[in-house]
Amino acid sequence: MAQIVALTGNEAVAEAMRQINPDVVAAYPITPQTELMHKFAEFHADGLVDTELVLVESEHSAMSASVGAAAAGARAMTATSANGLALMWEIVYIAASLRLPIVMAVVNRALSGNINIHCDHSDTMGCRDSGWIQLFSENAQEAYDNAIMAVKIAEDRRVLLPVMVTLDGFIISHTVERLEILQDQQVKDFVGEYRPERYLLDVDHPFTVGPLDLQDYYFEHKRQEIEAEENALPVIEEVSRAYSTLCGRGYDLIEEYRMEDADRAVVAMGSTCGTAKVVVDQLREQGEAVGLLKVRCYRPFPYDRIVAALAKVKAAAVLDRAVSFGAKGGSLYGDVRSALFSNNGHYPVKVIDYIYGLGGRDLEEEHLYKAFADLKRIVQTGRVEFEVGYLGLRE
Amino acid sequence: MATIKELAQRGDKLSPGHRACAGCVPIIAFHQVLRSAQGHVVCGCATGCMEVVTTIFPYTAWKVPFIHNAFENVAATISGVEAAYRALKRKGRVGKDIRFIAFGGDGGTYDIGLQALSGVLERGHSMLYVCYDNEAYMNTGIQRSSATPFAADTKTAPAGKVHKGKKQFPKNLTEIVIAHNVPYAAQASVSHWKDLNRKVERALAVEGPTFINVLAPCPPGWRFPQELGIEMARLAVETCFWPLYEYDHGARILNYRPKEKLPLSEWTKHQGRFRHLHRAENAHLLAAAQEEVDRRWELLVRMCEQSAGQK
Repeated sequence: MAQIVALTGNEAVAEAMRQINPDVVAAYPITPQTELMHKFAEFHADGLVDTELVLVESEHSAMSASVGAAAAGARAMTATSANGLALMWEIVYIAASLRLPIVMAVVNRALSGNINIHCDHSDTMGCRDSGWIQLFSENAQEAYDNAIMAVKIAEDRRVLLPVMVTLDGFIISHTVERLEILQDQQVKDFVGEYRPERYLLDVDHPFTVGPLDLQDYYFEHKRQEIEAEENALPVIEEVSRAYSTLCGRGYDLIEEYRMEDADRAVVAMGSTCGTAKVVVDQLREQGEAVGLLKVRCYRPFPYDRIVAALAKVKAAAVLDRAVSFGAKGGSLYGDVRSALFSNNGHYPVKVIDYIYGLGGRDLEEEHLYKAFADLKRIVQTGRVEFEVGYLGLRE
Repeated sequence: MATIKELAQRGDKLSPGHRACAGCVPIIAFHQVLRSAQGHVVCGCATGCMEVVTTIFPYTAWKVPFIHNAFENVAATISGVEAAYRALKRKGRVGKDIRFIAFGGDGGTYDIGLQALSGVLERGHSMLYVCYDNEAYMNTGIQRSSATPFAADTKTAPAGKVHKGKKQFPKNLTEIVIAHNVPYAAQASVSHWKDLNRKVERALAVEGPTFINVLAPCPPGWRFPQELGIEMARLAVETCFWPLYEYDHGARILNYRPKEKLPLSEWTKHQGRFRHLHRAENAHLLAAAQEEVDRRWELLVRMCEQSAGQK
């Protein structure tokens, strides 16, 4: 029986971590992640977890200690935001290259400068190509659910890659929501015990982690990492199905919301999907054939599923909460366009991009009404007046 | 304390067949430390010469579990390993007693790795941190570090017509470590292997963070004939440039007092990086270096005497 509780997103992830009871958690404070570790530290102080809590002197050391702990054979978790993630960046890549199944909550926040503590996705996008799996959460419930699923995905022998679970800073991290949590035993059974094949503390079978890897092998090792990412897609689907059976909530790589007969769609990630669902419902009531394509799994990017979902519509608008300076539109836009083109570009769907919500700027319902109206014009006229636009920007 | 025969008979933790330079003294430091460490150990290394020459994939010279992560974070990395050990031991998934050793060069310890080291010392992880100090960034081609001696000629602080090598005196890392209130810290030299052996055994027997700073001369970096490595380490001790001492639970102990304190020039004259100091126009630089060595030596002797007085 699920228990219904009222928690913030940060508390929800901390609750998941309490139930997972990882061997090692390394933590350093950064807004808006702080409350997550406050809550976990309380669990630790009250003896509700028997985790080794390593209160490091920087995020760089948080990720370094996580790498050491995971290589030693422990289940390791941490959390961060924005500049903290940027400071970890070097070791974020190493964690993936060493194939260590670390799970990290990233409470999305704008990356400096100028300094800003509110939500956008520039921090996560900064390590888009690091080899980590990236799962985006729409609300506190999904942040909780993703944190639990992430452990199982990361530790799967076919994958062995670290996983980032993102939740939008303040919007999800600090807002109290109603959510359902599993029983402790259910979580324990679902994630199982971490039993690595090789680990440093197995002193009878010594091995070398992180050697110098020159022209002779580096490329092949990267190829294996690429393969692990490819393997991750079916594993994420499997784990999501198993978890859905357990909790009764449906999880998949993507979510197609009222897409079955839609002729226009927005494509989005994170908390914006909640707002978009409201707008889609309202427009549906007015007889408009609109839908939302929510991307839950951003890395690895589920190309085929995105293409299949968008092949049905005539026009789509991608919503990017981060800029890729010098590129046409944001990263999600580039990926979506690439997906459509990779199938020989035979899909007649017209795609535009909106940059929105930088530094915590609200995305309001009216902004999405405007997006759907723009798409309607494109469908009616067959003309795309602009490729990249902005929502909620004063110009 | 082991005899040299006993040390020789202990199994290798680091195999021969690594790719260190001819005459490399840092690798001797590694061998001395690892032979002194008995029982199960897990080691880590910062990026640098020793990590490079021992781990070129698909080969490894390490016969014990080993991890390299990045340049500045060996202390943090091993703190994670040690935290995992405590967690898994408590859960009964690791039964053996294991000790942890982190190695870093002077660049990865005095400079870029100082923050992570400081964090580990403050948090009190049970590990021995060994700094192999060859007094510059040797792995990247002899650039100055904060451990490089005053007036030494390096690639980023060269001895030219106007500027005469490094302008600053080296940081006193051993004292910085001691200021963290650690249970045990020491300075050692490969030339005094018995002293080094005893210090490693002591450090590994102590609970909590321990630290040994080992002087490890570098033939290409210091520019001396490759057979003179141990002699260069010995002269650094005999000139009091590199005093052998330890800090054990609050007391500073001077481990070696030269019978006759040699002038610094006895050490510098063999090294290409100090060649300019032995020209008449730079005599004032050598004198300044000598003055600072004397000042630091006298201060240390006084501190050690004070410790003895308190006992």
